[in-house]
Amino acid sequence: MNKNDYKNIFVFAEQRGGKIQPVALELIGKASDLAAELGEKVVAMLLGHNVSSLAQELIEYGADEVIVADAPELEHYITEEYAQVVSQIADKYLPSIILFGATTIGRDLAPRLSARLTTGLTADCTKLEISEGKELMMTRPAFGGNLMATIMCTEHRPQMSTVRPGVMQKKDRQPSREGVITNFEVKIDMSRVKVKLIEEVKAEKDNRIDISEANILVSGGRGVGTKENFAKLTELADVLNAQVSASRAVVDAGVIPHDRQVGQTGKTVRPNLYFALGISGAIQHLAGMEESDYIIAINKDKFAPIYSVSDLGIVGDVNKIIPLLTERLKKEFSK
Amino acid sequence: MNIVVCIKQVPDTNEIKINPVTGTLIRDGVPSIMNPDDKGGLEMALRLKDELGAHVTVITMGPPQADLVLREAFAMGADRAILLSGREFAGADTLATSNALAGALRTLQFDLLICGRQAIDGDTAQVGPQMAEHLDLPQISYVCDIKVKDEKTVRVVKENEDGHQILEAQMPCLLTCLASAVHPRYMNVAGIVQAYNKEVEVWGVDRIDVDLAKLGLKGSPTKVLKAFAKGLKSPGEVFETDPEEAVGIIISRLKEKFII
Amino acid sequence: MNFKLTPTQSLFKQMIREFAEKEVKPLAATIDEEERFPQESVDKMAALGLFGIPLPVEYGGAGGDNIMYSIAVEELSRVCATTGVVLSAHTSLCLAPIYENGTEEQKKKYLPKLASGEWIGAFGLTEPNAGTDASAQQTTAVLDGDEWVLNGNKIFITNAGHAHVYVIFAMTDKSLKNKGISAFIVEAGTPGFEIGKKELKLGIRGSATAELIFTNCRIPKANLLGKVGGGFAIAMKTLDGGRIGIASQALGIAQGALDETVKYTMERKQFGKSLSQFQNTQFQMADLKTKVEASRLLVRSAAFKKDCKENYSADAAMAKLFAAETAMEVTTKAVQFHGGYGYTREYPVERMMRDAKITEIYEGTSEVQRMVIAAAMFKK
Repeated sequence: MNKNDYKNIFVFAEQRGGKIQPVALELIGKASDLAAELGEKVVAMLLGHNVSSLAQELIEYGADEVIVADAPELEHYITEEYAQVVSQIADKYLPSIILFGATTIGRDLAPRLSARLTTGLTADCTKLEISEGKELMMTRPAFGGNLMATIMCTEHRPQMSTVRPGVMQKKDRQPSREGVITNFEVKIDMSRVKVKLIEEVKAEKDNRIDISEANILVSGGRGVGTKENFAKLTELADVLNAQVSASRAVVDAGVIPHDRQVGQTGKTVRPNLYFALGISGAIQHLAGMEESDYIIAINKDKFAPIYSVSDLGIVGDVNKIIPLLTERLKKEFSK
Repeated sequence: MNIVVCIKQVPDTNEIKINPVTGTLIRDGVPSIMNPDDKGGLEMALRLKDELGAHVTVITMGPPQADLVLREAFAMGADRAILLSGREFAGADTLATSNALAGALRTLQFDLLICGRQAIDGDTAQVGPQMAEHLDLPQISYVCDIKVKDEKTVRVVKENEDGHQILEAQMPCLLTCLASAVHPRYMNVAGIVQAYNKEVEVWGVDRIDVDLAKLGLKGSPTKVLKAFAKGLKSPGEVFETDPEEAVGIIISRLKEKFII
Repeated sequence: MNFKLTPTQSLFKQMIREFAEKEVKPLAATIDEEERFPQESVDKMAALGLFGIPLPVEYGGAGGDNIMYSIAVEELSRVCATTGVVLSAHTSLCLAPIYENGTEEQKKKYLPKLASGEWIGAFGLTEPNAGTDASAQQTTAVLDGDEWVLNGNKIFITNAGHAHVYVIFAMTDKSLKNKGISAFIVEAGTPGFEIGKKELKLGIRGSATAELIFTNCRIPKANLLGKVGGGFAIAMKTLDGGRIGIASQALGIAQGALDETVKYTMERKQFGKSLSQFQNTQFQMADLKTKVEASRLLVRSAAFKKDCKENYSADAAMAKLFAAETAMEVTTKAVQFHGGYGYTREYPVERMMRDAKITEIYEGTSEVQRMVIAAAMFKK
């Protein structure tokens, strides 16, 4: 392998149901900065069916080129089909770097590809930099967020990483920004595809917004406990037009679905206001929320570590305080 | 039906504390546990054993002390346990780890290969899919339910950001499972009493089918440049008071800030 | 000589610690507050095989040992002394005497269901006028054809009303005093057997403690446990085993209070430093820890002797005496270290202090333990 043969930063532009995912735009934003340092281009890979119209959006957010692989087989994400197409693109264009969002798709596809391309992969990065020797330095939390590690992949290409959603900043959209759109001919060896989608079930979302995009989060932990008590959190969230989230303990106990989990093994959030209710503040939780603008913690244990990151801490029984707070807020808003 | 479950012994990261003065990790006295997602995967395998009489093998790669998680697996109901251990495996990143495990798995017969989604010490979620690639198996990750449809097909529920998918895979295949989907059983007392009467097979490199250059530090494309503890944020105000007054304080801060 | 747990015992300890922390601890304050039997925990314990730990596999047990059993009671009591005594009374006072004294038919009939936890066990010896002087039994059993007819009252019976199998002591020949006492197996629901008043207690408030009333209660002749007149010996031997259970309970309570106090004194700050940095705290805590460890050695040593089938009567008495008095001392001081908070129900140490007291009283008061220890010293 000659490293000089590998050029440009490729971004897997994840779309689901014909919608570009926010993390794809965040990655393109970050890739633009890195590409400027390297003097290289940002190339987005857009896979799906009837998705060509999305290519221009990627360019307007900073992609210099979009490689579009549009085929009926790619309508739904299936590991093997996507892996074949992306590895064909990688073989043909020899990217120096490939970035994926650390989503359920990115974290399924990227490791499969790293093994296929026999190269390194760094998971769930929160920081990407270019070294003096023009290598990618990938920084990520480990040990439940207790430790940060900077990782490099100097002897193999492409350098690959999945990047945590909500961490990188997307660029402002530049309408009518110009770039190259290339159609990639899709050829999938279907004999190797041994998984098929039977049914896609969307969770009832109603007014549910992804917690990583919420402005206000009402988050509950072990101290809230039961499903019944969580209903009280939902009432508070409704008054504040907020979303409900939770710590790992509560998700592991099956009280609330996994997509609502904040923390190292869940999502990173940085809302304007974060309520940590009955959350003691294990490091792994703090890792996912400490960047929030204003943190209010309510906990029975006055020594809970959550107070080390909170702006306002209340020592008391969440299950008594929350209904009271909800009532008071209702009154405030009806004034 | 034969099921192999990959498990890992990890430090309980919930128990790791940071020295408030130096900001460094306190790792002393942190217990080693079976990785939660792996335990979830083992539970799913054991449910298939309860339901269909599947034979469940557990395998781990690690130092000799990792024997403990295999005994735990026996006490939960696993039938066979393999410990992959040796100097050659040390210093491996996810790719080299997946090569080592794949080397061992090539010598085993199975219909389902089950892993946890990710381990709480590294949180990478990479070894499962990388193994699947080496072994040329179909993979489904983020699995929260497994049903055997017929001799050749498994039907699983996969969680994703939008809800879930129902997928079918041809066996043999690899599934990575979520801890939150099941409450793993405790070891039962009779199982514990028998756990040390069973044999844990210790395998070295000589026992597996793999290119030695792909193992350990030299088989690892990624290298850790540096590791460091995160800085600490300065704490804010804390009030200990009755609920009425507490609510008053919260409301006043929300007004001061921006919300109401 | 070896003071380490075997790998099996150590694995067992890992399981029971996790089980206690996750399943039992969250209920401890509630069942105390509501004075409610922890049925949901009992069901979970049954599913894991905790009700037959030291019983051989052939009778449906787990085939473990008495050290494991002791660890189970200790770890449960560390978070909830009520749950600890449910297991102790069941195992030591019902499962054990039936296993040690039962006929093959009795063992086959009762042990598998007791071991699986489908049936819970209890033990009835104490009467209003027969406490420490157990020989003053007034309950009578008279053989009438193929049946024994029981009359009398038992009080302070642990697991009463929740148990299915009761080992009951009654006079079969008053003139023979001790030698006239016999043991019987009585099943719940037998006509003439009723559960009386439930006691309201200082501690272990979730444990069901009630009176048993026998009014012309007829049980099959085959339910005699051991020989006619052999009851007192069975009772004494059973209580030797029971003392390992109660000593383990006391040890668990003490350890629980110690752990809570270590945590609290490290976190609580006064005069600008944590309580744990004051030498007064350090010295007192060092003494308490030493006593807790000494209790543990006595308890494990008694359980080990029982596993070795040696005479452990005095060992169990010493373990119970020392562990119970240690539990009382540790919990009292734990409340003191917690100050005003310790006196409130916001912290578990006040409950532990209330729970600890009974360990100095039941299954032989501390005074009885001293009698047993002294008797072993001065015999002949």
